[in-house]
Order: sequence, then structure tokens, then C-alpha cells
Amino acid sequence: MNLIKYRKWWYILSFIIIIPGTISLVLYGLKPSIDFTGGTVIEIEGLKDKVKVEKLAKDAKFENITLTETGKGYIIRSKPVSEENHKSFKAELTKNNGATEVRIETVGPSISKEITNRAFISVILASILIILYLAYMFRRVPKPANSWAFGITAVLGILHDALVLLGIFSLLGHFFNVEVDPLFITAILTVIGFSVHDTVVIYDRIRENLVKGTSETFEEVVNKSLVEMLDRDISTSFLAWIIVFVLYLFGGESIKFFVLALVIGILLGTYSSIFNSASLLVTWQNYRDKRHK
Amino acid sequence: MKKKNRTWLRLFFLLFLVAIALVIDWPKEVRVQIPKPIINFESKAPFVKFKTKGNLVDYKLNLNIKEGLDLQGGSSMTYSADLSKIPDKDKASAMESLQKIIETRINAFGLTEPVVRTSKSGSDNRINIELPGIKNTDEAIDLIGKTAQLEFKEFKGQEFVSTGLTGKDLKKATVVFDPNTNKPQISLEFTSDGAKKFEEITGRNVGQQIAIDLDGKIISAPKVNEKISGGNAQITGEFDIKEANALAIQLNAGALPAPIKIIEQRTIGATLGQDSINRSLIAGIIGVLAVCIYMLIYYRLLGVFSTIGLVLYLIFMLALFKLFGVTLTMGGIAGLILSIGMSMETDVLVFERIREELRGGHSFISALRLGFVKAWPSIRDSNAVSLIICAILYTAGGMIRGFAIVLALGIIVGLLTTFLGTRTLIDLISKKKFVKKPWFFRVEKIEEIT
Repeated sequence: MNLIKYRKWWYILSFIIIIPGTISLVLYGLKPSIDFTGGTVIEIEGLKDKVKVEKLAKDAKFENITLTETGKGYIIRSKPVSEENHKSFKAELTKNNGATEVRIETVGPSISKEITNRAFISVILASILIILYLAYMFRRVPKPANSWAFGITAVLGILHDALVLLGIFSLLGHFFNVEVDPLFITAILTVIGFSVHDTVVIYDRIRENLVKGTSETFEEVVNKSLVEMLDRDISTSFLAWIIVFVLYLFGGESIKFFVLALVIGILLGTYSSIFNSASLLVTWQNYRDKRHK
Repeated sequence: MKKKNRTWLRLFFLLFLVAIALVIDWPKEVRVQIPKPIINFESKAPFVKFKTKGNLVDYKLNLNIKEGLDLQGGSSMTYSADLSKIPDKDKASAMESLQKIIETRINAFGLTEPVVRTSKSGSDNRINIELPGIKNTDEAIDLIGKTAQLEFKEFKGQEFVSTGLTGKDLKKATVVFDPNTNKPQISLEFTSDGAKKFEEITGRNVGQQIAIDLDGKIISAPKVNEKISGGNAQITGEFDIKEANALAIQLNAGALPAPIKIIEQRTIGATLGQDSINRSLIAGIIGVLAVCIYMLIYYRLLGVFSTIGLVLYLIFMLALFKLFGVTLTMGGIAGLILSIGMSMETDVLVFERIREELRGGHSFISALRLGFVKAWPSIRDSNAVSLIICAILYTAGGMIRGFAIVLALGIIVGLLTTFLGTRTLIDLISKKKFVKKPWFFRVEKIEEIT
């Protein structure tokens, strides 16, 4: 089996996966949750009349109202609602409509600014630490390989996963009102962790095979390592994937999209580790070899 | 011989850990009746309650998994305190007394574990409040947020001015009912100092109105008929029983030293939380079963060991949750379930390596050993990356922090169970003849000679 030989096709496939999401990201962007923008979310149960819900919210002076249907009622989103307005809304809701409020979250502008800053910092910090760690880890790969090539191609694989995931959530946000919240950032970082896992297992084997020192070319060594690790990469990813998939099917509502991001992300991470990162490593090496000749 | 001893030593250590974990995990309340009364004794250890009285021996281990607000239902709020009118040197003590006063006010709700914390973000002074299991959040918000600065004012010239008698001079405020109208009133009892002031104020205002002012609003302005001594007064205002109760609580706790404003609030109903728990429990059980079935089918005998390892893993995790008082949130549950997947990854890497060594012609015993040794570098490297990410996520706080803590704990415990538990068990059976069947390891054949 020669997976590396077809690397051009894998690159093309990755581009095809990346494009729709990226277009959506550029056109529509992401739909940030109130954690990032500030605002109020109220979840009600027992009232399914959309017009009535909207009127209730308007009467209580909620601003910028959007409604999302749940199985049992609605989720109302708006600008931050004052305690007084909320009280009059709740009184009206329970007294005259027999419905209940099961959840309310209000995030003021100062808090949302902090959450946004923190999310940016953690994503940037994670990326930097991972590149440094990978470069350090593979600092002693034998010739002809280059330790930075290991680190950087692994990170390119990660970027691919993150970009596709962001794209998918941009599409979900535009068409299904799915929001990006701090948990989504967590999911992206977790997916990055998984993706690095798979890549590390393959790269570790490449290193091991290079140390053994055979007469094979770099491309052959990479391919051999990849094929040898294919079983366990798929096995480990499947285990993690099946468990989050079950959680997606049966788990609680509040983390549904967090888990969905993991379900998609773990698949992506496995794909990019097997088909992209190792291929990129070979492309990089061949390019260097050509230049040196 | 030496190697064998080490294996037994490890097994002993493993069993020791399992025993401790089981003791912690077990539901605990033992009461034994002994025939003869012994000395009355009561221990004061942090988690353990041990008490003997007469011929009863009570033993209770006070360790429970704490459920986060999103699971048991409740409210969390963040307030921002406006300290602009307080001099810099008094700001810290103002925050402290804010915290104390709010704690006292909240106690009125009789919640099991309310939390009031102060925090600082930039120049913003914050108070974070968690009210697990609270049903009437709106009332709580009213009760907490009001400054409750009570002041008695007298009429001078054209307006009411301060008399110097304030809420600080109160000894106690209680709700009473007017016997005629049955309306709630607040009965005030002054300190001796306050009683003196009140006597003077009423003395010089006979025939005049005095005003009772709450947070800049006059809630009542009775006419003074005669000088009042004895240090008692009544506030008759237009309030219902709820408002009267709230006011009494606020007056007793004292006025807030600075006004506070709510900037974040999250309330989750108890039913939503219970639903989350039930569903994740089902998801967890199905997930664990799916993983075990996969491991058994794919790795056969080795799969049996990883199933045992998974049981050990769960025993250890539960014990650690209780021991460290980890608060379980929805994020934590996700982290737990995810970490099960990750600990199985470790097993897979080891088992695949064992099979590889067997196929490569290594003897049975050395293949089992090499599997663990050679799989280690990639296991170490990949888990290190996950731990780095957990460390970053930990700083984010909230639900994410719960996820990060549980995931990190899970990664470490997963490594422990594989490299201590599974490894020791595999070592123990590696000498047994009956396990030496190729089918058990899904390989063609097992070399006989070393």
C-alpha cells in the first residue's frame, strides 16, 4: 500500500473540504454567543406559540430579540435584560401562560470582553506551545530529515482541522443559528490535542525507522511508517470517536454542539494526520532535496 | 527471581491503591452496636466522623461528589462593586465587609453550600455568588443587590435632612403585624446609643414629621406625637410580607458599604440539570460498553485486561473526585467520558506494539514486556500535548475549567492504570502456559524459543 504516492489527491481532497467552510467564514463569519457579545438568553418551556412568545418579550422591553425553537418551548436571545424587565416578563409568562422559565443567563459587556480576550489568548498560547513542544520533541531526528519540518507540518495539519471545524460552524451558524461559545473554543483545543496525538504516533514511528537506518528513500520510510501505524491510528481514533458519538446521541442538551464539534473534529484530526501531515513532510523534504541538487 | 518479586510488589501496591479507592468510593455510614459501653469519643478529622457514645459506634465518611450549578440547578451571579467613593486604603476592607454582609443576607435562604467570593478584574472589584439549589432567584437578587442604607431624617427649613441616626444604630429588626390592619411592619430595636439619639430626635420634633429614608427614598414619614424613649420604633410602609421580610434581613445584616451592580447572571432550573445527569449517565454506560466490546473483539485476551483496567480506572477516578472535592459540571462529565477514550488509546498503542513484537519473532515474555517499553515514547509525547492543552484551558474558568481538570486527572489516572494495573496483570499471566495461544493475541503464531 502506498499512501504517500497519492499525496496530490489528498491535498486536493483537503482543499475541497476546506473551501465551502472558508467561503462561509468570509461571507457570514461565526455567530458568537452572549458570552462574547453580552446579552441575555432565556429558555422557556410550556409555551409553543411563537407569536405569543415574541409579544411577551417585546412587552417586557427586550431588545434585538431572536427566537429559537426547542422541543418543549423557545430560547429567547436579546440584548442584556434588566432585572425589572425580566421580572415583568417572568410574571407574565408564568401567570398568564402557564409556562416556566428553565434557564436564564445574562452577561454584561465588561464580562463578555474579558471572555473574548481570554479565548484569544488561550488559542494563541496553545498554538505556540504546541509548535515549540513538537520542534523540541523531534529535535534529534536523523538526517536527512529536519526537526522544524516535523513541527511545522504537524501544525499545518492542525490548522487544517481547525479551519474546517470553524467553517462547518460558520455554516451551522448561518443556517441553523448554532452559536460559537467558550465551550466551542474548548472543543477546538481538544480536537487539536487529538490531532497531535495521531500525528505524534506516526512521526514517532518515522523517527524510529529513520534511526534504524535503511537504504530506503525518505519517502519510502515515511510511507512504511504510515502503513505500519494505520491500524492503531484508526483504532485509537475510533475508540475516542465512538465514545463522543454516543455522548452526542444520548448526552445532555447543554453540551450538544460542543460534543458535535468533537465528533467532527476527531474524524478530521485522524484524516489530516494520516493523509496530510506525513505527506507534507515528504513534499517538504523533496523540495529541499531538489534545491540542494 | 528478582523480576518476579518486583511484579508481586507492584501487584501488592496496586491492590493497596484499589483498596483505598474502594473505601473512599463506598457509600458510608456505619453504626455498630457493641455489647459493652466504651469511653465516649469523638474524632475531629476533616473527612471522617468517628464517634462513640454509650455502646454505639458511629462512623461516617463525609465525602461526596459535588455537583455543579448546571447539574443540580441554581444561580450564579457576578456583581461589580462601585468603590469610587471609598478612599483607596479602605477599599480592601470594604470588599471584605461587602462579602460578609452578602453572606449574612444569603443565609436567610438556608441553602446548603452558597459561595460568596470577591475577585478583581483589572480595576473592577467583583463579587461572585453561587447559590446552588435556589428556587427563587429573583428574590435573592433583590435581597443581595439592595444597599439598604437606612436613615432617619428630620424636617428643617424646606427639606428633610440627616439626623445621624442610621441603620448602624440598629440592634435588631423584625417583622411584626399591625394588630388592627394585619399589615406587615418592621419593628426596630436600637442599640443603647441609638436609643439615646432616637429619644433626642423625637424629643425635638414633637408635632412634626420625621422621615425614614431607605437608599435615598422616603419609605415612611410618621408624625411624632411625643418623645419616644426605650429604643423601639416601627416602620409602617406600603410593603407586602415578602418585601418586609427582605427588608428585615437586610437591616439585620447591615447596609452594603458600597453600591453593587449585577453584571452577569446564570440560572439553571433543577429539572434541566437532572435531565443532563440522566442522559450523560446513559451515554457514559453505552460508551463504556461499546469501547469494551471493541477491545474484546479486536484484542481478545489483551482486551480482557483493558476491560479490567477500565474498571480500575473508574474506581480510581471516583475516589479522586471525592478526595479532591472536584465539582462535577456538564463540562466535567464530557471530560470524564473523553478521558475514557484517551485511556483506551494508551492500551491500543501498547497492545498493537505487543502484537508487532510477537509478529517480529520475539519470545512471548519479551514481546509482552517490549510492548510497554517501546510504546512509551509516543504515549508520553501525545499525552504531554493533551496536558499542555488542559493547563491552558484551566485558566479559562467556569465549565471549561471543570472539563480541563477532569480531563487532566483522567489522562494521568489512565496512564497509571495501564502502566501499573494492566501491566502487572499481564506480567502475572505471562508465565502461564494456557495463555500462550496465538488466537488470544490475534497473531499467526508465537515463537517458542527466546
